[in-house]
Amino acid sequence: MSGQDKKNGGDKSSNTKAEDVKKVLLESGIEVKPLYTEEDMQGSEADKSAPGEYPFTRGIHPQMYRKRPFTIRQYAGFASPEETNKRFKFLIENGQTGLNVAFDLPTQCGLDSDSPRSFGEVGRVGMSVDTLDDFEIAFDGIDLDKITVSLTINGAAIVLMAMYFALAEKRGYDVKTLRGTAQNDILKEFIGRGTWIFPVDTSVKLVVDTVEYCANHVPKYSPVSVCGYHIRESGANPVQEMAYAFCIAKAYTDETLKRGVNIDEFASRLSFNFDIYGNLFEQIAKFRGGRRLWAKIIREDYNAKNDKSSWMRMIAGGGGGGLTKEQPENNIIRSAYYALISALSGTQTMALCSYDEAYTIPTEKAAELSLRTMQILIHEMGICDTVDPLGGSYYVEALTDRFETEIQEEMKTVEALGGIVEAVASGKIQEKVSHQAYDREKGIQTGDIPKVGVNMFQKDEDPKPVEFHPYNVDAANYQLEKLQRIKNDRNREKVQSCLEKLREECLQNVNLMPTVIEAVQAYATVGEIIQVMKDVYGEYEEPIFF
Amino acid sequence: MRILLSKPGLDGHDVGVKVLAHALKDTGFEISYTGLRKSIEEIVCQAADVNADMIGLSILSGTHLILCQRMQEVLEEKSVTIPWLVGGNIPHGDTEAIKGYGAVAAFPTGTKVDEVITFLEEYQAV
Repeated sequence: MSGQDKKNGGDKSSNTKAEDVKKVLLESGIEVKPLYTEEDMQGSEADKSAPGEYPFTRGIHPQMYRKRPFTIRQYAGFASPEETNKRFKFLIENGQTGLNVAFDLPTQCGLDSDSPRSFGEVGRVGMSVDTLDDFEIAFDGIDLDKITVSLTINGAAIVLMAMYFALAEKRGYDVKTLRGTAQNDILKEFIGRGTWIFPVDTSVKLVVDTVEYCANHVPKYSPVSVCGYHIRESGANPVQEMAYAFCIAKAYTDETLKRGVNIDEFASRLSFNFDIYGNLFEQIAKFRGGRRLWAKIIREDYNAKNDKSSWMRMIAGGGGGGLTKEQPENNIIRSAYYALISALSGTQTMALCSYDEAYTIPTEKAAELSLRTMQILIHEMGICDTVDPLGGSYYVEALTDRFETEIQEEMKTVEALGGIVEAVASGKIQEKVSHQAYDREKGIQTGDIPKVGVNMFQKDEDPKPVEFHPYNVDAANYQLEKLQRIKNDRNREKVQSCLEKLREECLQNVNLMPTVIEAVQAYATVGEIIQVMKDVYGEYEEPIFF
Repeated sequence: MRILLSKPGLDGHDVGVKVLAHALKDTGFEISYTGLRKSIEEIVCQAADVNADMIGLSILSGTHLILCQRMQEVLEEKSVTIPWLVGGNIPHGDTEAIKGYGAVAAFPTGTKVDEVITFLEEYQAV
């Protein structure tokens, strides 16, 4: 929206003659014409493929939501595994079909609850996990065959994935058929979100360990969800969001291929997590154009034979960056639009930010509203009746083509920086998006980027009594007691021998996943396992850029 | 005025603090930034090392009261007298408590950058 003339913006343009309107630029820098016609479709790929057909512009399935609506998967996770288990059951009873687990910061950073650095952080922004025992509690009574579980974990992903597989095995599931997703996209953590642990190269190696392991042992599981989302939240525009995510996905792909895994043995299990806020049509074109480009990359650059390998499967919904603290109820409306955009873009899974997420962990009421927003869309709006309802729109198709080209060009600029791994390690990407975040903030403050309730239609608001999900000190203390009890009860020799074996394997540069699984089965803690790896690999040193 | 902006605790949200860093630098302040996941001890030491006139703590994970209490303790232990302020997810009701620990200001999310700049300029003038 930057650069859009405020007086002539958006809703007025359709009533104005072409020669009268001022230039409209999308956030990605693409100029929008006042009218699109058949002429804009010349050379377009719009009509060349049906949904479910390569290159999947119109969707990855022939029937899309007609067969099954998108999965609703709200992000949740509270304090103790016990409390989290209750919230999971509440969500399932209310019709949620997938779980999206939030972990507390110590778990995300690979620290145990009893680490001095965890003080005050245990269970605060998500579920605290120290050992396999916590997973046993959190997923108690939940059928892992019926509910798919997404683990929002990155730096410590190899340990938490190992726990999930160990849990499934312990409960008698066949891991060969186990479904689910781990976020496990460490490269984006260096750009935004910040739960990195190890140096960049080591971090990529660990991701590839999990991808290789899943390809061979847990083939239905999605080991990586590449996140354009956080990259966009850190300041990237929609084109960069897609471009950087694709570069990252390619980096994991290249490294996995080097292990001798065939592209068709893992590419279909890579998925994406994208952001939605800003211009409605820009987002839709971003996804349609991106889906087409990703299909081409996988089939043409990597010679994938299986169509599924080239599917850009995605979760998309909430755009935290679009939500405001001012007039927070407006976020309910924004989220409903984001949900509509996501569905019109052919998402596989949807998660919305709750209206209070701009300043706190969602309350139960807010989480329920998000759930209802998606349910109303599915059941009342006819969104599932027909596939890709915007397909063939002159504007949407022209913009889709344009996005495909722009994303490709942006990917070349990353290559020019030495590739995404190098560009992230040097901090160049971080520097770039941080500058853009600043520009965006300036745009909002000056009013160049219109934001309802923030720089237009403001009203004097009394600071509302914010309904916070209270921090549960008792749960944190309980977690510490439980950890101590498990440390006392477990077989110490077994734990030590697993950790020793892990240390040797870190030095030998082999796939660590089987040994990490053995370690969690012996109730080694997240912190103990990560510490062994830190001892061998060292820790990431953040290049200080702003 | 030399300001050290910092990220205490485990919180990885650094978009806001970096935006502020850019804005303050553009306004003419001299800015250093610690990077993520620093302990209060590390932050206070770095502030003393760079001769900071002000320390900014950016906290969005909800741990602000604990970290602010720690800030008060560490400044006392090390006999450091650099003034400090906080920005982040601060509920309205916590502002006074934060000042009670010795912060000169607390800016909740949604605060305009100009407001922070004005505060710093006035603080500098006093």
